[in-house]
Amino acid sequence: MAKIKGHISINIDNCKGCELCIVECPQDSLKMSEHINTQGYHYAVLVQDNCTGCTNCALVCPEAIITVYRESKNKTKKERVAVITNVTENITVNVS
Amino acid sequence: MSDTFNEGITCEFLDDCDIVWDRPDSLLDTRLHYCPGCGHSVVHRLLMEVVDELGIRDRTIGIAPVGCSVFAYNYLNIDMQQAAHGRATAVATGIKRVRPDRIVFTYQGDGDLAAIGTGETIHTVNRGENIVIIFINNGIYGMTGGQMAPTTLPGVKTSTTTSGRDVSIHGHPLKIAEMLALLPGAYYVTRTSVISANHVRKTKKALLKAFKYQMEGKGGVSFVEVVSNCPAGWKMTPVDSNKWLETNVFDNFPLGDIKLPVKD
Ligand SMILES: Cc1ncc(C[n+]2csc(CCOP(=O)(O)OP(=O)(O)O)c2C)c(N)n1
Ligand code: SF4
Ligand code: SF4
Repeated sequence: MAKIKGHISINIDNCKGCELCIVECPQDSLKMSEHINTQGYHYAVLVQDNCTGCTNCALVCPEAIITVYRESKNKTKKERVAVITNVTENITVNVS
Repeated sequence: MSDTFNEGITCEFLDDCDIVWDRPDSLLDTRLHYCPGCGHSVVHRLLMEVVDELGIRDRTIGIAPVGCSVFAYNYLNIDMQQAAHGRATAVATGIKRVRPDRIVFTYQGDGDLAAIGTGETIHTVNRGENIVIIFINNGIYGMTGGQMAPTTLPGVKTSTTTSGRDVSIHGHPLKIAEMLALLPGAYYVTRTSVISANHVRKTKKALLKAFKYQMEGKGGVSFVEVVSNCPAGWKMTPVDSNKWLETNVFDNFPLGDIKLPVKD
């Protein structure tokens, strides 16, 4: 498994399926979902764990719905969490 | 971890992560009405990034035009005034002269700024008003159903040039930025786009410069033209519309600085 350095979360309900983030991602980390959101659009999802947190997708996103994370340099070992993204509201669950 | 993913993947160390990019605070948390992939939305966001970075939300006044961006005030959490078609720079002149402490900008399409508002635009720049003009050149009247704009390229089919723009009948694409740069009242004139992340970064830098010049009271108009798309009016997908911009429009509307401030 490639070491994840970055991550994104997408507010899928506000996605209009323009696909601009998909062509802009240098890592091919994104693709369009086969499902549709509450507006009736197919929406972008992160499908690979190779995101570098470069912010390209967020910069071209007209709807400003992508949040980009990057692994902290001064990491403190915190409790591990699992975050379920690409749902209407991100859900964070404690797994430790 | 299995190599088949379903609906997106999860991140197990979000707690150890820094947020490196998030929606600017001054962009209201609401859905934009623009068509999918429209450059208007990107420029709205960049404007609010700039306003947040400069910390001027409480003293910025924007003038919305007539055109697709007529509702810009629904998204920008700053003081806004909507102007009659083409009159945005005249309204901005009035506001800036009455409240010189405010940071004033207009946001206008090519139908608004370079067709019905050409007179106001030229005279505002000629007077050297200390304002920022943001000009979205998408080569068409988006709002009213895709009619030819002064900036439409030769040969391009629109709802009013059904066999393509014929320069012998309709004239040539109007390069209003180059025209305005000739006026002494123009302080900074530049042309950018938002078709890729790098272009977006450059546009943000240009906007930052323009707002800073106004705040420094340099005197003179800072004019930022963004060559943008209109996927709906051009009848293209957003991705194709950006490709078309790169292969056709940039030759006619070359990107880069057209007038830089003279060093004093
Ligand atoms: C006085 C007046 N004339 C004509 C119109 C019709 N009208 C509305 S928007 C528009 C053109 C807008 O085009 P542009 O400025 O390029 O903006 P876009 O919609 O492409 O962003 C026109 C002609 C109007 N609203 N008012
Ligand atoms: S941040 Fe960069 S690498 Fe990560 S999904 Fe977005 S474009 Fe791809
Ligand atoms: S009609 Fe064109 S300019 Fe207007 S919102 Fe749609 S894509 Fe954007």
